[in-house]
Amino acid sequence: MEVGSQTRQETKVGSKAKKKSVAKKELMSGNEAIARGAWEAGVHFVTGYPGTPSTEILETVATYEDIEAEWSANEKVALDVGMGISLAGQRALVTMKHVGVNVAADSLMVYPYAGCIGGLVLISADDPGMHSSQNEQDNRYFAKFAKVPLLEPMDPQEAKDFVAIAFELSERYETPVMLRTTTRISHAKGIVELGERVSVETKEYQTDIPRFLVPPFARKRRPTVEERLKRLAGFSETFEYNRIDEGDPKIGVIASGVAYQYAREVLPDATYFRLGMAFPFPAEKARAFCERFETVYVIEEGEPFVEESLRLHGITNIVGKEKVPLMGELNPEILANVLHGTPIPTSHAAEIAIPPRPPLFCLGCPHRAVFYVLKRMMNQNVVALGDIGCYTLGGLPPYSSMQTSFCMGASVGNALGFSMASRENRKHKAVGIIGDGTFLHGGIPGLLDMACKQINSTLVICDNSTTAMTGQQENPATGKATNGEPTHKVDLVELVKALGIEHIGIVDPYDLKKMRQTLEEAIDHTGPSVVFSRHKCLMLKEERAKVREPIQLLSEQCNLCKACHALGCPAIEWSDTEGPIIDEVQCVGCEMCAELCKPNALVMPEMLQ
Amino acid sequence: MNQIQRQTTNVLMAGVGGQGVLLASEALALAALADGMEAKQSEVHGVAQRGGSVVSHVRFGQRVYSPLIRCGEADVLYAAERLEALRYAHYLRPRGRIVLNDHVLKPIQLPDEPEQPYPEAIPEFLRGKGYEVDLIPALEIALELGEKRCANVVLLGALSTRLDLSDQAWRSGLEKRVPERILTLNLEAFARGRGLVSASAG
Repeated sequence: MEVGSQTRQETKVGSKAKKKSVAKKELMSGNEAIARGAWEAGVHFVTGYPGTPSTEILETVATYEDIEAEWSANEKVALDVGMGISLAGQRALVTMKHVGVNVAADSLMVYPYAGCIGGLVLISADDPGMHSSQNEQDNRYFAKFAKVPLLEPMDPQEAKDFVAIAFELSERYETPVMLRTTTRISHAKGIVELGERVSVETKEYQTDIPRFLVPPFARKRRPTVEERLKRLAGFSETFEYNRIDEGDPKIGVIASGVAYQYAREVLPDATYFRLGMAFPFPAEKARAFCERFETVYVIEEGEPFVEESLRLHGITNIVGKEKVPLMGELNPEILANVLHGTPIPTSHAAEIAIPPRPPLFCLGCPHRAVFYVLKRMMNQNVVALGDIGCYTLGGLPPYSSMQTSFCMGASVGNALGFSMASRENRKHKAVGIIGDGTFLHGGIPGLLDMACKQINSTLVICDNSTTAMTGQQENPATGKATNGEPTHKVDLVELVKALGIEHIGIVDPYDLKKMRQTLEEAIDHTGPSVVFSRHKCLMLKEERAKVREPIQLLSEQCNLCKACHALGCPAIEWSDTEGPIIDEVQCVGCEMCAELCKPNALVMPEMLQ
Repeated sequence: MNQIQRQTTNVLMAGVGGQGVLLASEALALAALADGMEAKQSEVHGVAQRGGSVVSHVRFGQRVYSPLIRCGEADVLYAAERLEALRYAHYLRPRGRIVLNDHVLKPIQLPDEPEQPYPEAIPEFLRGKGYEVDLIPALEIALELGEKRCANVVLLGALSTRLDLSDQAWRSGLEKRVPERILTLNLEAFARGRGLVSASAG
């Protein structure tokens, strides 16, 4: 029996989400479809860590009544919690972006040795083209590396349907399953036919130490993983989503993911072997397919994952990455270009200047103050080693004062290492820059080391009371659970003290002078130090609701010194004759410009009365 | 197969973050669905959106594969701002149409960076390239209606005259996407935009 059909035959019992079951077809993004798929598959829990393009999956699930959804402190915790749920016999979906899987990898590599009781499905949302990521990382290799089956939907409908299939595979073969999407699956909308929620019984946990206590029994468990993969390879050969769509008998194409859709645009009449499950690889089906054609195009986004599997099995009449680009996001025009030589239209920038609109700090963003100040401290040999968050923009003009950024939490260890290497001459004064969310995600162990090292080293925690970059999710320091209910709130200052940091400065960065002073004191302090730059993100709901008066310009007082312009505020347009032109619609009245205005030409309206 | 085979229609929708381009593009995709077609829509979220230019691809027809419009094959460009029309015009097919909000949003001039003047005469340049340009005073009309934020829907009304979708489908798309408390205003905004182009074209 086909795995996909089992769920649909079961009837739902006592479903609560009445509203959702009325409409039959909806326009949904891949992420919304995965959330719906989790609901239909009777999933009990969803855990995850926010990250583009995965975030909306958990956010959508959080609106459902029947599933408990909770952000974790980081991706490894999310997967560990998912494993716990699976061990207790229930279904868990775990969501993250591609680089999140790096964080969760320690657990992902081992759990297959024991294997699931309740189903465990890991969503890896990859970001080809790096729209919002630090690297391009094809996580199909992670499935192969961890020896877990890999499902790849081609559109939102499959994204939904694959969730149920993934859970059935997970339970039948006792393995975690990776469901991998990309930006153009997660964030593309299409029609999705809806189903009902199935009720899934909790499976019984039974003590089985030789299975679940992996290290002492790892050698015994090792063959289980390979035997399972063999059985899964058999499944892959007959899987209904590894199917052939007949077309022109002379043109053969193997494609997976959204690349299939692009291929369909460019080679509309070809015969297609569509891969919904590329690992374990359906080698015999692929061999039989390729034997029918002189040459087969392998069209996949990113790395030559399918191509390598074909070559591994001795199938060589294929054209893959020698034509289809390995870097960047694929699209129909690139494919038409490499397959047919069709030129890609270029923008009109050669004939008329098209100024860019680079991403900027939001109006009134507290990070603006931090980097305004840091820029002015660069002549004091301050080197700011940064992290992942909105504040990465502090490395771009007009601030250009955050000098490094790699991955979640790296700033702390980087700053410590940099300090260690330059402690003799203090030629560089290293300062780590990290947000509150990122600090809680991956910064705590680094700070513990910084505390124990007892050398001059500083960490600035830009605490805006939210996970801002991905859309203001709750974190352990916000005092709210994912559903908005009050919960334990970690006190960041007490936490930092408990880690052993004695010199702690706390400052509202809107006070630019004090910000600078606090930073200088921390940097000059002998021993490790932490500065909390503390102001709430203005995009938070409660902050947005505040009435904010725009700043006023007293033209006669302005001496055209341009100090306000140096802030790089989007609400200030500079005119060499009139001085600052304040956009009253945009201005949120943060008063940073007023603070910088020596002749007091910029004032708040209440000062005028 | 008695059904009329319809080509896929490609509408690229561009603007600046905060102009409501995504709402308009979803309303369009939903309208196409309401008329019994398949629709796909694609955009990019995240850091790419902060204060930057926003672009959304909408495709509809009997069978739609790619969620991205092939560059050079867009039928219509919905542009909520002049500079963004210029930025994405090359996505249009030859002689494609631009439904353009007559609105200028200057990108911020960063301190200590070389000045980048806002290009002059954008509609004229685009016409010179062979594109059809409907210059729509969407913001002006929205201000008349007392809510500048519905300029996106005024422009959507103007766009509607260039696409083959029924009145009911448009209404359904708006009803599904626009919050109920501002629906009446937006239906009015849509009607104003729709009336505008048919009047000038007639």
